[in-house]
Amino acid sequence: MIINHPLLGPRDSAEFTYLGDARLIDRPDWQSQTAARDFYEYGYLRENPAGWHEELWFHEAGDRSWLVVTRNTVTHEISKVEMARDVARKRGRST
Amino acid sequence: MHDLVKQTALGGTEPRVDKYDHITISENDGLSLASVAARRGKEADCHKLLKKLLGAVPGPGRAQLHDPEAGFWMGPEQWMIGAPSESHEDLAERLKGLLGDAASVTEQTGAWVCFDVIGPAMQDMCERLCSVPIRQMQAGDAQRTVIHHLGCFVIRRTAADHIRILGPRASAGSLHHALVATAQALDTGSYGSDAPA
Repeated sequence: MIINHPLLGPRDSAEFTYLGDARLIDRPDWQSQTAARDFYEYGYLRENPAGWHEELWFHEAGDRSWLVVTRNTVTHEISKVEMARDVARKRGRST
Repeated sequence: MHDLVKQTALGGTEPRVDKYDHITISENDGLSLASVAARRGKEADCHKLLKKLLGAVPGPGRAQLHDPEAGFWMGPEQWMIGAPSESHEDLAERLKGLLGDAASVTEQTGAWVCFDVIGPAMQDMCERLCSVPIRQMQAGDAQRTVIHHLGCFVIRRTAADHIRILGPRASAGSLHHALVATAQALDTGSYGSDAPA
């Protein structure tokens, strides 16, 4: 499997480690009334789709950037690779 | 006063050199290093100051080979700057003086070991060690990769048969073993003057 790194170009997936669902970016507000419930869901509940899935990958044997990879879990086709930093900032985090 | 003797990363008093017919592996003990990370919102200031220092700001996968200070890209808005330790032992302090609040600077000299690998077998050796596309790389290309499970930087220098490898200093002995074992595993005979390039 080849991951097309947005900065460094196509790289073998062996250079990366996989973290999982990219919704880990959406860390809940700890001051919310429903924080306990929100963090339980954030920590434990995951979709397990047969199809398109947004995932976090870490370029451990490369520039050590975090990526959001949109991958089809059935075919391993990759449709989009973005810097996790850019995705997080678009969602109002880390600004 | 303490009477302290300076040791190289491999523990010797002089940098180690392993010389073979087809490759020379030299420990480079004369390099001061410091990392620079642009602070949020100050990226443009940081770029301007780095350009003043190096002549250009190296982009992804690139190094700016420049004297006395040189630098290479490590990640988004992050660079490693190197200079001769003889003249720049206080490199991190100098960079902090230059960059001010545009960037965070961290002393890196004591964190890395540097090897210069030079010789006609350099490309073959590099291919056995790591997955960087050495034959496509130009002078000034710099990649982070893994050599025997150690995160290393591989920088292609101006001379066509020269790469510089930076690896974790605490594992200098392991990295040196990897380089020497690979050099010995290559067939010396195929690098004669009439061998194909």
